[in-house]
Amino acid sequence: MIEFTLWDILRNLLLAARWTIVLSLVSFVGGGLVGLLILFLRISPKTWLNWLARGYIELFQGTPLLMQLFIAFFGLGLFGIDVPAWLAAGVALILWSAAFLAEIWRGCVEAIAKGQWEASASLGMGRLQQMRYVILPQALKIALPPTVGFSVQVIKGTSLTSIIGFVELSKAGSVVTNATFLPFTVYGLVALLYFALCWPLSKSSQILERKLNVAHRNH
Amino acid sequence: MSLIEITEVRKSFGDNEVLKGINLDVEPGEVIAIIGKSGSGKSTLLRCINGLESITSGSIQVAGAQLLDDELHLKALRLKVGMIFQQFNLFPHLTAGGNVMLSQMVVKKVAKADAEVMARKMLERVGLAHKFDAFPDELSGGQQQRVAIARALAMQPIALLCDEITSALDPELVAEVLAVVRELAREGMTLLMVTHEMKFARDVCSRVVFMHQGRVHEIGPPEEVFANPKTPELRQFIGMVDETV
Repeated sequence: MIEFTLWDILRNLLLAARWTIVLSLVSFVGGGLVGLLILFLRISPKTWLNWLARGYIELFQGTPLLMQLFIAFFGLGLFGIDVPAWLAAGVALILWSAAFLAEIWRGCVEAIAKGQWEASASLGMGRLQQMRYVILPQALKIALPPTVGFSVQVIKGTSLTSIIGFVELSKAGSVVTNATFLPFTVYGLVALLYFALCWPLSKSSQILERKLNVAHRNH
Repeated sequence: MSLIEITEVRKSFGDNEVLKGINLDVEPGEVIAIIGKSGSGKSTLLRCINGLESITSGSIQVAGAQLLDDELHLKALRLKVGMIFQQFNLFPHLTAGGNVMLSQMVVKKVAKADAEVMARKMLERVGLAHKFDAFPDELSGGQQQRVAIARALAMQPIALLCDEITSALDPELVAEVLAVVRELAREGMTLLMVTHEMKFARDVCSRVVFMHQGRVHEIGPPEEVFANPKTPELRQFIGMVDETV
């Protein structure tokens, strides 16, 4: 029987952790872009756009991410479309993140006083100009801490993609366990690596929140 | 033709009719005070004139620009009438100068340098040239309201709507804002103001509009309206206000 050193295990996990990071980044950035679009629909004065966005958000927040991954991976297969695991993982996570980010940001936009909309409207600005120059710069400040906080959820969410066969940190964990029969060591290291990724983010979210101290400004 | 023509304007919020057929023509250079109890519809009327509320029926025209509920018409109208709010509504993420520059650059596409020249000029006009780089939360209420006036003036409107612009101010700050408005009136700016400052209305305004239950109940020059109220409602209102002064 081959002996595995701790370094052998860690090295393989670290290599796989790269894919966790890549998938997280893609999901977060892609989810942010799609989320921005959903946000604009969600706060649009046109009711049907509003309902469209609302339906989207309800759908993705109201079903488990795992089901969404299954549907993206197996569902499209039923129609003869062969979806590789990385693509299904990326698409599902982007759509899922978008729903949550759009809803977080909607709260931030709605936290901006109504007077800001009225003042900018009375100066002749159109809706997009109001958003771009008046509302979003203020909403961004409020949005930063919860957005950074949500990135932690994205990183942990990527672990589910192991089930459809995408080899990231969790999947590598089970592969390495199968070879070494050292589940406690391997999964302990996996957990530590997740923690090393997530903790700095939640910490910076807290620091940002305190620094921007949004709730207590202007009062 | 009058500068502002308000014809048979009605406005309902649900079942509640707030404006019940308002007719009012404002000539260029007039300073009009709109007074009345809260709930009489005076703020709603002002907000309708620049399209912050849509009207249920009737028509509003400002220097030929018709109030219609689409972005193009609203923009044309809003370029002609500026509005000052009770709560100032300065943009907190921009300096005083930035507040005055923003809409010039965004809406009128004025070059940054020119917008800055205009902003400095307008801040000087309200006596705040030295506060160009101050953020709103570093300014007193009176100063914030003067920046808001400068911001509206920078768009070179032909009329200004003032919605209880001194009501959120500490008593000692009211005078500095009214002084600016008085100066504007003297320079010939057309002003429509909802106000509780009866003395100011008496001294500065050319006409006073008394609103009651969604209608223009009485209208006339201040000396007439205040000295010689024709209706019991106005008499009661003036009595009420005088007691508090």
